Amino acid sequence: MGDCHGCAAATIARPPVQSRRHIVAIVGPPNSGKSTLFNRLTGLRQKVANFPGVTVEHRMGRVKLEAGREIYVVDLPGVYSLSPRTEDERVTHDVLCGTMKELPRPDAVLLILDSTNLSRHLILAAPVLSLGLPTLVILNMADDLERRGGDIDSAELAMQLGSPVALVSAAKGSGVDKVFQFLSGTTLGAAAKPPLTELPVIQDIPKCRAWAASVGTKTNYQAPAPPLWTRRLDALFLHPIAGPAVFLLVVIAVFQTIFKGARPIMDAVQTAIQSSGLWFGSMLPDSALRSLVVDGIWSGVGSVVVFLPQILLLFLFIGILEDSGYLARAALIADRTMARFGLQGKSFIPLLSAYACAVPAIMATRTIENKRDRIATILIAPFMTCSARLPVYILIIAAFIPEKPLLGVFFGTRAAALLGLYVLGFLAAILTARLLKSTVLRTSRSSFMLEMPPYRWPTVRSLGLRLVDRSRVFLRRAGTVILAVAVVIWVLAHLPLSGGKTPPIEHSLAGMIGHTAESAIAPLGFNWKIGIGLITSLAAREVIVGTLGTIYGMEGTSQSVGLQQALRQDLTPGGAAALLVFFAFAMQCMSTIAVVRRETAGWRWPAVQFAYMTVLAYACAFLTNRVVSIWF
Amino acid sequence: MQTSFKKKPKAPKRNPGARNLTELKHGESGIIERLDLPEEDSRRLMELGFLPGHVVTPGHSAPGGDPRVFRVDGSEVALRRETALKLILR
Repeated sequence: MGDCHGCAAATIARPPVQSRRHIVAIVGPPNSGKSTLFNRLTGLRQKVANFPGVTVEHRMGRVKLEAGREIYVVDLPGVYSLSPRTEDERVTHDVLCGTMKELPRPDAVLLILDSTNLSRHLILAAPVLSLGLPTLVILNMADDLERRGGDIDSAELAMQLGSPVALVSAAKGSGVDKVFQFLSGTTLGAAAKPPLTELPVIQDIPKCRAWAASVGTKTNYQAPAPPLWTRRLDALFLHPIAGPAVFLLVVIAVFQTIFKGARPIMDAVQTAIQSSGLWFGSMLPDSALRSLVVDGIWSGVGSVVVFLPQILLLFLFIGILEDSGYLARAALIADRTMARFGLQGKSFIPLLSAYACAVPAIMATRTIENKRDRIATILIAPFMTCSARLPVYILIIAAFIPEKPLLGVFFGTRAAALLGLYVLGFLAAILTARLLKSTVLRTSRSSFMLEMPPYRWPTVRSLGLRLVDRSRVFLRRAGTVILAVAVVIWVLAHLPLSGGKTPPIEHSLAGMIGHTAESAIAPLGFNWKIGIGLITSLAAREVIVGTLGTIYGMEGTSQSVGLQQALRQDLTPGGAAALLVFFAFAMQCMSTIAVVRRETAGWRWPAVQFAYMTVLAYACAFLTNRVVSIWF
Repeated sequence: MQTSFKKKPKAPKRNPGARNLTELKHGESGIIERLDLPEEDSRRLMELGFLPGHVVTPGHSAPGGDPRVFRVDGSEVALRRETALKLILR
């Protein structure tokens, strides 16, 4: 197994070049405040990136120093040790040893430790210091330590470790000037001093812990009193009765906000995009180019931007839940239920959000540290009935299912059908989760270990930066793929040109594909018109409603009586039921595909997912058509 | 400490006096003797503070008592019941 002996020698051979860019790595255990410090140092001058071939994400930022100099800071994943067993640890290890291809070996390290939990966090100091890089040991949450009656002789700790030590509160900003001083020194080429205490064998945790304890004793470390407010709040939030009640309230609040609360904002954004598109179109001459710009690019980009309010609201919520410490408690409460499906507590909030939209849900799986659990959650999230499926469901149900009361006036046949579709998606999700977790994504049940951080007030600064960061990631990374696909779909629906004009959709490439594919989709009870709709709905599921409206020459909305009648005449009940089932299971959403590619750092998982969902949708739609056709 | 005891992959007869984490009553503390878990899981637990010789105290739990939060080495960590069963006390 790789430890860092080999790379220690490489430091000495490094040529002292002054003009190249300097990189400093931030290393620390989870919950030590790494990201807060990183945000404090870089502000908005940061970007998120993935190392090639790994799902681990790192953030790179520029820090402005005096005299116009600047230095790059890289925020590495939170780790307890450098033994490269998990992907997070491997990435951290490789970056620090300089074996990561994308990144030169850092010039220095900021080792950030939670000062309120120092005896345990000091364990990480042993392997990091043995790298021989100039290191600043940052004792974070120094304000908490002082308030709760803890103490440490930081000068003595610096002596013992042979590295400068800074008492810092990254959240409040106190002591951060010492970090800037250290960074300034780094650009001048400071060298590391060997530590005074002999470092322990870094692979042996009990020895490392004993070493940390001895360092703690020598530096008069007084552990702080237990966090009083955390104990009080846990007595409420983890109370056998009040706990689940609070949990339910939080869940309802999240669901309402992203499902209902985001609606008006999303509608406003949509209207703004449409009217600006029309205005923009009126400036261009009536041509295929205008159609490409307005119908292809503008509405393609619009179909992405329209998700933004939902994403921002969800991440505001998740930000508050995570930064305050409640998310860990929510995961604890949800764990038993999720464990039945082979998942874990942290999958709950992302899957709940998937009922609004799979895109923010998949982005929200970042809170799941276990990679296999995270991938499993990403793979099942699109089965949850998202709001884009609703217009399709409502149209088909209204066209084919007569309204009859089942349980009084409030629950009729149509509501039952809609509920049935929600249940169908949910069942597909949990059965897929079971399948994945018992085969390719198996984890041991005892791998669930959840640290409960003390409760803290979330800061506006950190919430704001998180929102800006998520928006950037979504718009830039997912946006480029979605834009490309939107243009392709426009080309399919509007070419070849006939006499310089775009043809009616049945004569377009999509129409030809729809006709050609008719033999493939006929067993499902679909005709070529539905075939065209399946192609255009890749842009977003609800687009099929508008497309069918165009083809039948009717108003393209769910409530359109003309469209409902046209469908009734053109589609068998079996075909209609099959269409509902197809939409329940198929991954008809390029935004989801793009975001899965981004979050899993490659095309492998989105390809597997798309194939699996399409095959499942096809098979179940086929069966549905057959079974329903027997009775109707 | 019985270090030789740890080396055996599975002791056929369990020490009848050996208790595990799930047997601790509310407010009662215990000292960890060993971790009967695969290498990877026990390493992660040790990094979180579940080391032989450390004091553990059970705390709140999810409804139904599983998973439960344990206080150990200055932190609070939630474990599922099947994990807690494998942490043997002195």
